[in-house]
Amino acid sequence: MRAPLSWINEFVDIPAKITAQQISDALVRVGFEVEETITQGNDLTGPLKFAKVLSIEELSGHKKPIRYVGLDCGEAAERFVICGATNFVVGDIVVAALPGAVLPGGFAISARETYGKTSNGMICSGRELGISDDHAGILVFTQAQATIGSDAIEGLQINDVIFDIAVNPDRGYALSIRGIAREVAASLDLDFRDPIDSLQNLEFKETGKGVTAKIADIETSSVFYLRTLSNFDPSAKTPLWMRRRIEKMGMRSISLVVDVTNYVMLELGQPLHAFDKAKINGGLTIKRAGKTQKFTTLDGQERNLDPDDLMVCDDDQPLSLAGTMGGLYSEITDSTTEIALEAAVFDQLCVAKNSRRHKLSSEASRRLERGVDPFLPQYASARFVQLLTAHSSAVHVATNVDGKPQLCARIKMAPSYVSKVLGLDVDAKTVVKHLRTVGCEVDENNFSVQPPSWRLDLHTPADLTEEVARMIGYDKIPSVLPPRPLHATLSTSQKRRRSISLMLANRGLAEVQSFPFTNQATIDAMGFVGERATTYKLANPMSEEFPLMRVHLVPGLIETAGRNLSRGAKDFAIFEMGSIFRSSQKLVPAFSPKLNKRPSQDEINKIFASVPNQGYHVAGLLVGKVENEDWQGKARNYSWQDAIAYAQDILNLCNLEWSISRSDFAPWHPGRCAELIVGGKAVAHAGELHPRIISSYGLPERSVAFAVALSALPDSELVKPKNVGTMPAAVQDVALIVDEAVTALDVEEALRKGAGPLLESITLFDRYDKIGDGKISLAFTLVFRDANRTLTGEEVAVLRESATAMASKACGAVLRTA
Amino acid sequence: MRAEEISAWVEQAQAACASAKDLDGLKVVRTAHSGDKSPISLASRALGSMSAEEKVVFGKLIGDAKASIAQSLASALLRLEAQRDQKILLEEVVDITLPVNRAHRGGLHPITIIKNEVSDFFIEQGFSVEEGPELESGWLNFDALNIPPDHPARTMQDTFFVEPIDSGMVLRTHTSPVQVRTMLTQEPPIYVVCPGRTFRADELDATHSPVFHQVEGLVVDKGITMAHLKGTLDNFARHMFGPDVTTRLRPSFFPFTEPSAEVDVYFNNRWIEWGGCGMVNPKVLATCGIDTDVYSGFAFGMGLERTLMVRHGITDMHDIVEGDIRFTRQFGVGL
Repeated sequence: MRAPLSWINEFVDIPAKITAQQISDALVRVGFEVEETITQGNDLTGPLKFAKVLSIEELSGHKKPIRYVGLDCGEAAERFVICGATNFVVGDIVVAALPGAVLPGGFAISARETYGKTSNGMICSGRELGISDDHAGILVFTQAQATIGSDAIEGLQINDVIFDIAVNPDRGYALSIRGIAREVAASLDLDFRDPIDSLQNLEFKETGKGVTAKIADIETSSVFYLRTLSNFDPSAKTPLWMRRRIEKMGMRSISLVVDVTNYVMLELGQPLHAFDKAKINGGLTIKRAGKTQKFTTLDGQERNLDPDDLMVCDDDQPLSLAGTMGGLYSEITDSTTEIALEAAVFDQLCVAKNSRRHKLSSEASRRLERGVDPFLPQYASARFVQLLTAHSSAVHVATNVDGKPQLCARIKMAPSYVSKVLGLDVDAKTVVKHLRTVGCEVDENNFSVQPPSWRLDLHTPADLTEEVARMIGYDKIPSVLPPRPLHATLSTSQKRRRSISLMLANRGLAEVQSFPFTNQATIDAMGFVGERATTYKLANPMSEEFPLMRVHLVPGLIETAGRNLSRGAKDFAIFEMGSIFRSSQKLVPAFSPKLNKRPSQDEINKIFASVPNQGYHVAGLLVGKVENEDWQGKARNYSWQDAIAYAQDILNLCNLEWSISRSDFAPWHPGRCAELIVGGKAVAHAGELHPRIISSYGLPERSVAFAVALSALPDSELVKPKNVGTMPAAVQDVALIVDEAVTALDVEEALRKGAGPLLESITLFDRYDKIGDGKISLAFTLVFRDANRTLTGEEVAVLRESATAMASKACGAVLRTA
Repeated sequence: MRAEEISAWVEQAQAACASAKDLDGLKVVRTAHSGDKSPISLASRALGSMSAEEKVVFGKLIGDAKASIAQSLASALLRLEAQRDQKILLEEVVDITLPVNRAHRGGLHPITIIKNEVSDFFIEQGFSVEEGPELESGWLNFDALNIPPDHPARTMQDTFFVEPIDSGMVLRTHTSPVQVRTMLTQEPPIYVVCPGRTFRADELDATHSPVFHQVEGLVVDKGITMAHLKGTLDNFARHMFGPDVTTRLRPSFFPFTEPSAEVDVYFNNRWIEWGGCGMVNPKVLATCGIDTDVYSGFAFGMGLERTLMVRHGITDMHDIVEGDIRFTRQFGVGL
């Protein structure tokens, strides 16, 4: 919302010593963010005159049309200037900068020789004067609008400050100069002159029968004023001051009738719509479209009406998309002589829906959606009649009305409530004073407050408290720390996430965060099946390319790795932590308990249960070399072991017991994927990625990945450590030959079982697979220790024998001899 | 055998030790002056054939001489060993400035770092850290927060909806549903912060991302006022932006707070819009079953990306969302 200072000044006498910055600060203080303060005219000096075009000589032989123009600038002699624009004729009034003038940008005007002539000044465009972006032609007026030889700086009201203000959605009233001026006055503690005061008692003589006004359904509109005017001369021009104000608001001057509707809307906040009465058959009724049909709005677009669209219709057809945009058929044209002027308060929601369904946001819909004072239609339509009849030959015929404005309910509030909320002592007198400043009527006896008709947002003591607070100034509220609990801590799972991410970061993995969106092609390419492949679909994705919620973190890591590879990275490791969204349950129709009281526990449970469980995972992707190759030599590639080790380390960090087995699990290589199991549940997978995925995504060969379902991990148990024995250890090596199908884990477990409780540790120190005959050799170091004494050679030999015997029995292991 | 002879041997041995150039030379000296065939050893052996009186006299002389020679040899050995070590160590000098760290450099994503930082700050203040699902019920994300069904925020332009539409499920547009969940499941006093990922249907550009992060705070207790909100925000702002930062509250509008405010911080010589805040709207408290005659509360929320960008002078959102390891690595683990 723009607001020129010159217009605000009409309703508030702002002392000259108050600067634009102070006004801007005052607006910010009461909740109106000033996005931009535009100062016009401070880099412009005259003389700048309105001049009448007396003669035009077209100069030929130049690349573009050039005119030598004779001007009456109110001087004794005709003044001649060169002009490159052609949008004017003899008799028009233009703006001439005379020698000595300086235009914005330091452009000094002087008499000069050009195109073989002497140019004694310049005819200006809006942009050259810094008052608009328009540079299609020069500014052109009629003699009715501007006086020849008068000062155009004054006439065009160039010297002005325009505030561009962000208005919060609850403050529809401030989408008007009236509303902004009220706030400026309140914030600066100045008197506000309400323009409504002079309009309230305005009455117009009835000279005939007007178009009738009817609201079909009171739910859709509260008030409908319809003023009929006739005898309008369509050649009437908009007065210059009105045109300039409309332009300063960022709108264009169109025609007198349309300009007056816009002017009144900008001034008071009530959208108006003028119909060409000649096109109306019968009366006007506000009603729903009722059926699908075509309708052309005045922007020339043909639209398909929804039966629910709220329309203003005559006896035959819809004429206007209510509160949003008029129809082309009944718009004001340059032959319109009779006018029906609509001023209505349509239901906020109806207008919002009209606007949304047709993707049509207009100045009118923006105001009506936010709520318009129901008393305004009367005053605003009166203002229209006042202005139009003053500036044209139009006469008032009749006024018809349907509906009746209502004030919203009174609010009971203990004045002490304000202090209680703000933490600042505010006495009752001050509360009353500020509430009155914003327009409330306050009964001090029982503290019942009547919000003003334009404040559709005031319903509760909390709402009133905000009004008092912003009038006092939020800066007056002290800064005090609240009482707080003595202690808080992160939850176990939060601590785990911290530790895991720190561990991974410290071990060379860079954390990334990718968007949690995916698509079916990715899910298929990864080879996910069953419930791992089903997910939720967005109704309105950012792009049709990624309409689904991700089911796994690895695809996002692959995409991110691809981006890094394409930017030149070769060897690296990345990880991500985040939610995944497998559709573990079918979504049920929304359930919405009543507000303003706590739903029953059943209802609360039902709401919570309607939200599907969303797993929280960590995953990593390791590509290329495990470290950077440099002068110290070559480095090895990441391999399946590294990925499995990370997964194991994460579980170890969480102090969880796990078991391991091979798994054929997407998106991993079916022969090179480990599954880690905690408490009977597979919680992690790791290994080499499937070669098909590696090649289709262009990853370095044998890239590896791990993924751990953090949300599936149980809490760890309290650690009860074993005694650390200090007696000497006995170390025994055994080399065993087994079938290559036998896993190292099987052999290790058998040895462990056979060795008994004195076995302290077991380490596979060699694996040899070149024996042939489908055999491999596995060599283990067994460390035995008794907590209380030194084991004898004989005892250790027996333990070793027992261990190998068990391996032989369980795995067919044969002791390897040299 | 004469006493003079013995002291001459000692002097010769000492001179030889002193002039030994290296450990090999010292070995020769040792053999010559204390070996089996050295004069002192021969003299020692000759003691056996002496008379008892001579034995007493010469025994002591020879013993002293031997000790003295041994000491000379020992100190020469120390000197020559040190000399040898010195030489070796000099030869073994390396260029310790060579690049030695081949390991990949890891790092936490800066959003994780700032999230941890905010959480730690509030934990120290006695606030708990609450989280909630990203795919969330519309009732918790909107209705319970006094955002009516026709509110513009609930249109497809702003919010990601999930099929089927009638489920009302959305990707949460703020972390406020976590506040509602907290109030529905916990009794006051409530002191929580809710950091997390949020979604709005904005195109990715230099300052917006459809996927971003917020941190929100919620306090519900007896006698909570807007002054407490201000105190908490001042403290928080100083923690995030430095001790000299000042804040400003501006009246604003949010359906779930009344009074509402924008909080700005004055940082690097300009006002930065940091977040929104206000006193929890009594309607919201009532919906969560909190007695508004007894309790009041405040809430605030700010974007983590915005906080990060302002504080660290990051000008392009793309850097934060693209996962380029060169960006992340600069942050280390943020400590």
